[in-house]
Amino acid sequence: MTKPLVAIRSVSKAFGEFQALRNVSLDVWPGEVLCLIGASGSGKTTLLRCINQLTVIDSGGIWLDGEMLGVREEGGKLRRLTDRQIARQRLKTGMVFQRFNLFPHKTALENITEGPVQVQGRNPGEVRAEAIELLRRVGLATKADSYPSQLSGGQQQRVAIARALAMKPMLMLFDEPTSALDPELVGEVLAVMKELAQSGMTMMVVTHELGFAREVADRVVYMDHGAIVESGRAADVLGAPREARTRAFLAAVI
Amino acid sequence: MRAAPTLAEGFPDLSQMQIAREIHWRRWLAAAAIVVVLAAIARAFANGQIEWSYVSRFLTAKVILQGIVNTMVMAVLAMALGIVLGAVAAIMRLSPNPVLKSVAAGYTWLFRGTPLILQLLLWFNLALVFPTIGIPGLWTARAVDVMTPFLAALLGLGINQGAYTSEVMRAGMLSVDAGQYEAAQAIGLGRLRALRRIILPQAMRVVIPPLGNEFIGMVKATSLASVIQYPEVLHNAENIYYANSRVIELLIVAGCWYLLVVSILTPLQMLLERHFARGTARINR
Ligand SMILES: Nc1ncnc2c1ncn2[C@@H]1O[C@H](COP(=O)(O)OP(=O)(O)OP(=O)(O)O)[C@@H](O)[C@H]1O
Ligand SMILES: [Mg+2]
Repeated sequence: MTKPLVAIRSVSKAFGEFQALRNVSLDVWPGEVLCLIGASGSGKTTLLRCINQLTVIDSGGIWLDGEMLGVREEGGKLRRLTDRQIARQRLKTGMVFQRFNLFPHKTALENITEGPVQVQGRNPGEVRAEAIELLRRVGLATKADSYPSQLSGGQQQRVAIARALAMKPMLMLFDEPTSALDPELVGEVLAVMKELAQSGMTMMVVTHELGFAREVADRVVYMDHGAIVESGRAADVLGAPREARTRAFLAAVI
Repeated sequence: MRAAPTLAEGFPDLSQMQIAREIHWRRWLAAAAIVVVLAAIARAFANGQIEWSYVSRFLTAKVILQGIVNTMVMAVLAMALGIVLGAVAAIMRLSPNPVLKSVAAGYTWLFRGTPLILQLLLWFNLALVFPTIGIPGLWTARAVDVMTPFLAALLGLGINQGAYTSEVMRAGMLSVDAGQYEAAQAIGLGRLRALRRIILPQAMRVVIPPLGNEFIGMVKATSLASVIQYPEVLHNAENIYYANSRVIELLIVAGCWYLLVVSILTPLQMLLERHFARGTARINR
């Protein structure tokens, strides 16, 4: 029997008084594409950030590939991992940000090779060849030497996807990857993500692109006020939602 | 609404006319006044008690040239020390560790809060506090032998500079978008490596203009080291005029050298700025 790649159990997170995540539990299975939808402020970004530990959870636990994130058990107590151990755990996930966050002083190619060379200590020549192949895969073979400022938003986001893929992650996290893009550039990024989904990558995607969710997602999770309200097959959640809140949200977005 | 097949009447054709050149009377007047004042000043100096032949003779005298070389060596080394200390202090200041934070804050407080000349004198006279220095059992020396004018000036100027530079560096690091740090973490870069490879190079772009300013200040601040016998250009000029009493001539010589050096630094700064601006939209189109 296979195990979930990500297991989230009773995770809560508060920012001061504000409860951003309430007792969230969720499994993500290998090869699955899971789309997170929900109103602004419902905690979607926070959930993704907890998985790659940019945000530290208050309670509960997250397991990635069978390994507990951020803490280890020792004599019946939980102890925080060191920064170095956390950095090592992060290598299993790739993150794509809403605002791309490419390194502006490095070319597209250098953005991609930075992690594998600096962090994984791999052979620069080999990494370079792989990076060029990744750029080809996201349709930017000719842009290797361009700086981010010389690329359109859609091109920057595709480089950002290639940068995350270069670390050979088991899980890709996308936080509204197309919402900072002009409408005519959305399609090119979604096409890359769709190709990635078809190649068998496990993906968690926060998105407002319901068309993409319907077409590509295996499962859709609807969040509201920091909690998971409804989760199920994309066609079911989007086509015939059970919960009144999900129906209200979908009616408002479409 | 009417469909308009032709353009409306009443707007004359300006395409053959040109804009007349204006004569800027006030600008000409102001310029003339300035020329007159400058000429008066030049005349005063030319007729004043200045032996210009001494100025031109000492401008390239060996002692003066050696002095300006010493000035530049000290300015460059002390600035380098200042930048390293400043960067370290800024990184400590921004770290989550309260011990590191307060050490850095204390450093800035102490060395920004006391006059530079006092710090120079303290370093130079360190032997009065610690007659011998060293690592017990391994190596010891008399402090007077170790604390040469060169070392005292380097420590005094560099450590003081670091206290100022740390604030410049901190401002530069704060100017980098937080998303950059997160993206660096997301590809597994540790804190220090993210700072060195991602944050600092971007901060440099912001930091270079104020640092250029600080470096120009440093070139001139080295003259304070004359009080602890470091043979920089002003110190050497003074030594000459103690002997020949040509005070003003030698001060002019030193002044000319400072001006020359500072004039060369500005284009150098432009080159550095261009280097660190790579990847960003060009700033001087
Ligand atoms: N670092 C933080 N400090 C304080 N509050 C925060 C922080 N990060 C998030 N929040 C709050 O937590 C709530 C959930 O934020 P989150 O970014 O997860 O929402 P979201 O579902 O991604 O919304 P959106 O669709 O607008 O991106 C928001 O109300 C937000 O204001
Ligand atoms: Mg969000």
